[in-house]
Amino acid sequence: MTRHLLIRSLDRGAVTFVIVVAALAIIVPVLNLATPASSALHLPTYLVALFGKYACYALLALSIDLIWGYCGILSLGHGAFFALGGYAMGMYLMRQIGTRGIYANPILPDFMVFLNWKALPVYWYGFQWFPYALLMIFVVPGALAFVFGWFAFRSRVSGVYLSIITQALTYALMLGFFRNNFGFGGNNGLTDFKDLLGFNVQAETTRNALFSISCLAVVLAFLLCRVVIASKFGKVLVAIRDAEARARFLGYRVESYKLFVFTLSACMAGLAGALYVPQVGIINPSEFAPGNSIEAVIWVAVGGRGTLVGAALGAVAVNYAKTFFTGGMLAPYWLFVLGGLFVVVTLLLPRGIVSTLRHWTALQRDGASAAAEDGVAEPLPAG
Amino acid sequence: MRDVHGRVAALVFALGLILAGATVAHAGPYEDALAKFTEGSLSDTGDGINGVAVSGNPLAERVLAALKDGRLMFSAEKKTVYIQAKNGKLFDAFTGKPFTGKPPDDIDNVIVNNRLRNVIDADLGALTLMSRNSNRRFDAAQAVFRSRDLSVLPNVEKALAEETDPRTKRALEQARAAILLYDAKSSAADKIAATAVIGDRGDQDSLGLLDGLPPDLPPAVHAAVAAARASIAHTLALWNGVQNAWYGLSLGSVLLLAAIGLAITFGVMGVINMAHGEMVMLGAYVTFVVQQAIRAYDPNLFDYSLAIALPLAFAVAGGVGIVIERTIIRFLYGRPLETLLATWGLSLILQQTVRTIFGPTNEDVGNPSWMSGAFDFGGITITYNRLWIVCFAFAVFLALLAILRYTRFGLEMRAVTQNRPMAASMGIRTGRVDALTFGLGSAIAGIAGVALSQIDNVSPNLGQGYIIDSFMVVVFGGVGNLWGTAVGALTLGIANKFLEPYAGAVLGKIAVLILIILFIQKRPRGMFALKGRTVEA
Repeated sequence: MTRHLLIRSLDRGAVTFVIVVAALAIIVPVLNLATPASSALHLPTYLVALFGKYACYALLALSIDLIWGYCGILSLGHGAFFALGGYAMGMYLMRQIGTRGIYANPILPDFMVFLNWKALPVYWYGFQWFPYALLMIFVVPGALAFVFGWFAFRSRVSGVYLSIITQALTYALMLGFFRNNFGFGGNNGLTDFKDLLGFNVQAETTRNALFSISCLAVVLAFLLCRVVIASKFGKVLVAIRDAEARARFLGYRVESYKLFVFTLSACMAGLAGALYVPQVGIINPSEFAPGNSIEAVIWVAVGGRGTLVGAALGAVAVNYAKTFFTGGMLAPYWLFVLGGLFVVVTLLLPRGIVSTLRHWTALQRDGASAAAEDGVAEPLPAG
Repeated sequence: MRDVHGRVAALVFALGLILAGATVAHAGPYEDALAKFTEGSLSDTGDGINGVAVSGNPLAERVLAALKDGRLMFSAEKKTVYIQAKNGKLFDAFTGKPFTGKPPDDIDNVIVNNRLRNVIDADLGALTLMSRNSNRRFDAAQAVFRSRDLSVLPNVEKALAEETDPRTKRALEQARAAILLYDAKSSAADKIAATAVIGDRGDQDSLGLLDGLPPDLPPAVHAAVAAARASIAHTLALWNGVQNAWYGLSLGSVLLLAAIGLAITFGVMGVINMAHGEMVMLGAYVTFVVQQAIRAYDPNLFDYSLAIALPLAFAVAGGVGIVIERTIIRFLYGRPLETLLATWGLSLILQQTVRTIFGPTNEDVGNPSWMSGAFDFGGITITYNRLWIVCFAFAVFLALLAILRYTRFGLEMRAVTQNRPMAASMGIRTGRVDALTFGLGSAIAGIAGVALSQIDNVSPNLGQGYIIDSFMVVVFGGVGNLWGTAVGALTLGIANKFLEPYAGAVLGKIAVLILIILFIQKRPRGMFALKGRTVEA
């Protein structure tokens, strides 16, 4: 059944996407490690780290597309789940520093010694074990999403209201994590990491491995989303997106469906954050900023909501543009470009790039009727 | 330094003797006391301070004030004392006349320590107790109350006998009570009476005064003190509550100002305008530009800067709002999530535009004179700018209510909101009403920016700080209801300020956010939800 579902869930575009990402996971490390620095094919290590970051963003975009594109839940607080996963990973990495910190305290991270704390807070217990940290990467964002969703969906908070309170959620978390006495490093966050599972996080090989793992995570998350969407469950999700009241009247427990997919999406976002942190080397409260979450939504909108592939491509494309602009003399204009993207995409490209391309090719192939073939992305729901 | 002059000690001694003799010849108590400052030891200086204070010489106050600021100079050689004015000019302390000629080589500051500074404060207090200006007398009495120096008691008694101003008289009585309470020799009955006077005063200072009393008091006094402390604590708690309520009202009015434009665009039109905060920011920058222009061309107009900025901010923000509505938002009606994203993009563009023009730093927006300063109201201090902003917020709110209720435009606006096709068939140009409504909401955000520029940093990020709060207010109060917005803003403001003392500013804010999130679960349409068919529209 599962195999059947998996095959059914893959169309040509999806297969291409999986193959390309998997190929990247192999080619990029080869170009970085196996070629001499003088070679024209050599890929500098900083680019590997940059691509690894893009992969994490793509994973975050997938998680947003799953709920927004297929269930109509626009979360403006997904950065919170991303950051929570990142903090869980950061806590593990902090505990791995051990006596190599400035204060050489074997138990307490430097910032706690600095704040004159005597004992490790209870919620830091266990984070020295990787399996526990790995579990927390999924459990913490998932649990928050579950509790939040439980309240929100059961009382039928939906649409814009939901978007605004998710934004308030991440804003409240940001204010909290900025405080020193929360025990997460306050303003500075967690940084200065040394080892991940015994490998130096700065080493070239570790960076390549992290990149490959991030690509693998994107592939797995993508397949998982496709399976969810191709299943009967996924059809109900789309039904809820297009006509929530009608789905409810047909006897589906709308809130349970929403709660499940919201929690799943939060877990994916948490994983993205956890992979992101060792690659950028820091996690701090600004990751909770509402602006970050909204920016992630525009990646999905640019690529095309309700396409998954588009979400991932949108994340990479927008972030590539961001790197391109903020790196050079054009830095002051980046916000114009980003702001312009928001406006132009919503006004002129409401389907996003991938859907629009599909729409055109379908039209060219066999007339207007083919547009219905891509039933998942069509019709575009209002709101 | 004097050691260096050891070689000519004999000569100096002789010279000093002659000069001292010359002054002593027509010396009064003031000159005697002043001479003590030339000795260079702290105990002599202390004697000098008290001597000057009781001398009754009109120069005494100037001398002590100079001494307190380290502006009293002396020459040990010539046995002379000078008052150095703030601009560096020297005056002879004996005569008060400007000192001309070359200052002596060994001129130096008279040195005081903290103990002596307290003595100076008390003496200065005693001296100004007899001042002609009743405000200065009042301040002096307050200074004595805090220093409670026993030596000033005669001055206080004397001043009390002559005092006519009731406020100063009360302050003097309190000062006298403070002295008596700390005087080991005063009788128990005096002390109990004094405790009652201080208990009536009932502020933080009097509580500190009673707390600092030595433990070995007679039992009757002890009981009186305990009772007075309880009564003061009660008064303080009461004023604390009033203060929190005032701060809450003030914060609430700021929230109201920020949210009220949103109540129109989001509440009435249903447009999620994430660029709303940027309209507030535009208004603040209009104020800045107006003030810059006034500084450059006619500084006398500065007090009118806000009055000039208000209509300009209304026009600028309103104009930008209409342009946004006509070029972007009208294509997105009925697609709230897309509107949200597009307006968020707009907010980024507006911020970056302002940053490009004015730079990323905070701009200097001044308070006109009628908005600066503060006054005491009972146990709390109220600043004028906060007071004006509270008044302004309610004025704007009432004006908006009136526009919606009594004007033709308000009528058309309500008609379009309630039933668009019907309004259109009645001949209302709905597109024009949409644009004007959005413009009105933005314009009100703009004039809110004029007010908020007075209490907040004017920078390109100004608007971002308000956007989440404003949405919370509108959602909490109930969408589509101006009264809901007002009640929501005040409730949130007051809740925030009453939570702050217990949870701290940040935790208080988090608590409020979580409470709102929970509240929305309970009443998804806010406090004052619209009932009927419009709800589902």
